[in-house]
Amino acid sequence: MKDEVTSREERVENLKGMGCSRKRVEDARFTQGKGNYVDDIKLDGMLFGDFVRSPYAHARIKNIDTAAALEVPGVLAVLTAADLEPLGLHWMPTLAGDKQMVLADGKVLFQGQEVAFVVAEDRYAAADGIELVEVEYEELPVIVDPFDSLKSDVVLREDLVGEGGALPDGAHGPRKHHNHIFTWEAGDKMPTEEVIANAEVVATESMYYHRTHPCPLETCGCVASMDKVNGKLTLWGTFQAPHAIRTVVSLISGIEEHNIRVISPDIGGGFGNKVGAYPGYVCSVVASIVTGKPVKWIEDRMDNLMTTAFARDYHMTGKISATKEGKITGLHCHVTADHGGFDACADPTKFPAGFMNICTGSYDIPTAYLEVDGVYTNKAPGGVSYRCSFRVTEAVYFIERMIEVLAIELNMDAAELRRINFIKKEQFPYKAALGWEYDSGDYHTAWDKALTTVDYDGLRAEQAQRIEDFKAGKTRKLMGIGLSFFTEIVGAGPVKNCDILGLGMFDSCEIRIHPTGSAIARLGTISQGQGHATTFAQILASEIGLPADSITIEEGDTDTAPYGLGTYGSRSTPVAGAATAMAGRKIRAKAQMIAAYLLEVHDNDVEFDVDRFVVKGAPERFKTMKEIAFAAYNQAIPGIEPGLEAVSYYDPPNMTYPFGAYVCVMDIDVDTGVPEIRRFYALDDCGTRINPMIIEGQVHGGLTEALAVALGQEIAYDDMGNVKTGTLMDFFLPTAWEVPNYETDYTVTPSPHHPIGAKGVGESPHVGGVPCFSNAVQDAFRPFGNRHTNMPHDHWRIWRTANELGLHD
Amino acid sequence: MSNKMHIKLNVNGKDEEFLAEPRELLIYTLRERLNITGPHIGCETSHCGACTVTIDGKSVKACTVFVAQASGKEVTTIEGIGGPDDLHPLQNAFKEHHGLQCGYCTPGMITRATKLLEEIPNPTEEEIRFGMAGNICRCTGYQNIVKSIQAAAAEMSAAKEAAE
Repeated sequence: MKDEVTSREERVENLKGMGCSRKRVEDARFTQGKGNYVDDIKLDGMLFGDFVRSPYAHARIKNIDTAAALEVPGVLAVLTAADLEPLGLHWMPTLAGDKQMVLADGKVLFQGQEVAFVVAEDRYAAADGIELVEVEYEELPVIVDPFDSLKSDVVLREDLVGEGGALPDGAHGPRKHHNHIFTWEAGDKMPTEEVIANAEVVATESMYYHRTHPCPLETCGCVASMDKVNGKLTLWGTFQAPHAIRTVVSLISGIEEHNIRVISPDIGGGFGNKVGAYPGYVCSVVASIVTGKPVKWIEDRMDNLMTTAFARDYHMTGKISATKEGKITGLHCHVTADHGGFDACADPTKFPAGFMNICTGSYDIPTAYLEVDGVYTNKAPGGVSYRCSFRVTEAVYFIERMIEVLAIELNMDAAELRRINFIKKEQFPYKAALGWEYDSGDYHTAWDKALTTVDYDGLRAEQAQRIEDFKAGKTRKLMGIGLSFFTEIVGAGPVKNCDILGLGMFDSCEIRIHPTGSAIARLGTISQGQGHATTFAQILASEIGLPADSITIEEGDTDTAPYGLGTYGSRSTPVAGAATAMAGRKIRAKAQMIAAYLLEVHDNDVEFDVDRFVVKGAPERFKTMKEIAFAAYNQAIPGIEPGLEAVSYYDPPNMTYPFGAYVCVMDIDVDTGVPEIRRFYALDDCGTRINPMIIEGQVHGGLTEALAVALGQEIAYDDMGNVKTGTLMDFFLPTAWEVPNYETDYTVTPSPHHPIGAKGVGESPHVGGVPCFSNAVQDAFRPFGNRHTNMPHDHWRIWRTANELGLHD
Repeated sequence: MSNKMHIKLNVNGKDEEFLAEPRELLIYTLRERLNITGPHIGCETSHCGACTVTIDGKSVKACTVFVAQASGKEVTTIEGIGGPDDLHPLQNAFKEHHGLQCGYCTPGMITRATKLLEEIPNPTEEEIRFGMAGNICRCTGYQNIVKSIQAAAAEMSAAKEAAE
């Protein structure tokens, strides 16, 4: 090794560490059809379970007759609530402190609710069995609007009402009405109201952030296998948080946690859909125990869209006050949150409205108040974070719309209004009015870069000309310029205030270095397409000086991976990425002692250099990490244990706050309502960049999911509680034909408290993208009197806006 | 059920023969009967394309075709397009240009793209976007999928020219 001639640059390059666009190690198996998703798992004698689901949104169940179904060849069992009750499993706890029926216990609260679980030898037999389960329903009045719900005499959840109509407290305090779940507040109510009452300018707006769904291409599913011989339960599934699922299964089933092994195999996208615990998991476990055979349950697309994990459904009312010059003085936000039939929102326990209290956005707003009322309706439970940290999309949409409305009120340019209200670089760490401490940011630099790159002034001039041409009858197309500047709050989170079901939201990494200088690292997170096996190896390569290509990353098996809270809310890099760096540093600390011993110098006389320790001042004297790894296994070093391993459990001191500046240029045909995205520029600042190629891929994907939500995707109900968008025929997923090319850009403002300065990026483009697309549509109509129209801006709604503004006259 | 049909088909070059109910879907045959799990199920309504295979030279969504309809025909799945020792240029290009993330749509996407490049060897971006519109990806936003297909098309054309 002493005759090594490679340059330092070559050694850095060989590592494929942080900052390089390393190609993904995951891709070989995926491109050859050799991924291993849950539905690819096959076990001897495996059975298939599927649900009888309610056609009604609100009904009492008078009777369930399973006799005919049990006669179907291949059907082995039909489970109902009555079968689960003796086990105490007919209801299960939700992540939000509520409880949820596993199988309908006397009534159903939403269309598609699980009523019975048919277990059969194959899918066809299960489907035949489902057809023959006779359920007698008595329809009840249906409530699909949360405002109606709070006025209604109809009690949706009899289980939560005491004798004489008494209302016991919910998981988050007192309840105002039998269909009310909680009130959650942040900030100062009285001072905010006072500031707004006395302000020079006030803009008020109500907006509905519609219900939608994460809809990963792979639906949810699991395989449960109870081995009665050794008492072990193995549960494979589409779990974004495998360890949390293990703990939940143990708590509700009574099976000791060491006897449960949860495995998340390859996951075909998650976007929040796969965080929660669903009745299918519980029923599969019970069915495996009952039949003694492995049981698989896989949702079909309709099951998926109708029952597991809706997102959003926030009715938001805002008041924003400012001086005549446009300096914002106060912000008031009220949310009526539709949580459906059970409160199954996936948020940290102390945050029933997630991080909605980041709704002051990127602006220095001295006084603010937020109040959220959660409400039950006859809609599916869920309330997950669809490609965002807990309710951050709602918060950012709210503030970015309020800024636009205030700009109209002030008759001011919305870009300039943002600029004069941004939190300044020197104000970080910045304590926001609603409680968060933003770690770092440089908003003005990002904004100026974005506006300069797109030639903002030029675009406005073009738009003015277009309006003239439109009025002169020369064109039927309007031009919209969508702006958004977002600050996210991700990386949940500090154990002091973030937990789920009492489990602190730290994360973990365990590293083993093998004698010949390669390694395996295991983490408490789980990739669903983010490329963890590629990027975490890059972090480690830079930290421990072994090539990323020599490091295997493994996640998702609770028998081998250290405990962690999983992957959602952009927490993998901020939390598990930090744990990875910290565990790497422990390896390096021991390697330093070994190197010093081998080089016969004091520990402090060697220093780390890319892939080796060198004697200070004598760079020709060194030991490579590869040599050190071997020495760890073959030398008896006084005072040092053999082997080279480390584990780190990282409790982040704060969240991270990625930010970005987006601009969308759109042409809208007022006669067809079709928007054409002419240009989309996205500047993201996610702190230290680990793999630029993967960051760019995340931005493209997040923007496309934002486009979907802003321009057409929704879970819609009729008055009877029927889901109107239950298949991909009605639920909008953009194809290559509808999606534009995106321009990506960046600035780098590292997180000061994260070991490598990284902030997370996967969700930023969704969070910032939705208001940007929406603002583009609304901006096109601003000159004709539009102030706010609700999403989704599908062709029909855009046409209707044009029509209402008299543009068809 | 005694109304089973006698099915003979060729999958990835291998002859298969069995009895199946008339209602058995091709995707079920491939995944459950033949253990060919590259094609995936995403929607069961022909919208997403995760189950795309090739039947007698045409791109087909295996989730909405009865296996009986494929009887006597040749079926190609991602497994028949290229493996570790003979990767198809598209398989390389998708990796090289980050044309995939979770990988769930990828087998159908690449299977469809092989046919697209047979139909149009040097497609424009517009032709790629239109020709791939039957395959949904939730992760990539398509930009890098388009890039991957363009790169593979260029490579395949160059190889063809060199061979001529």
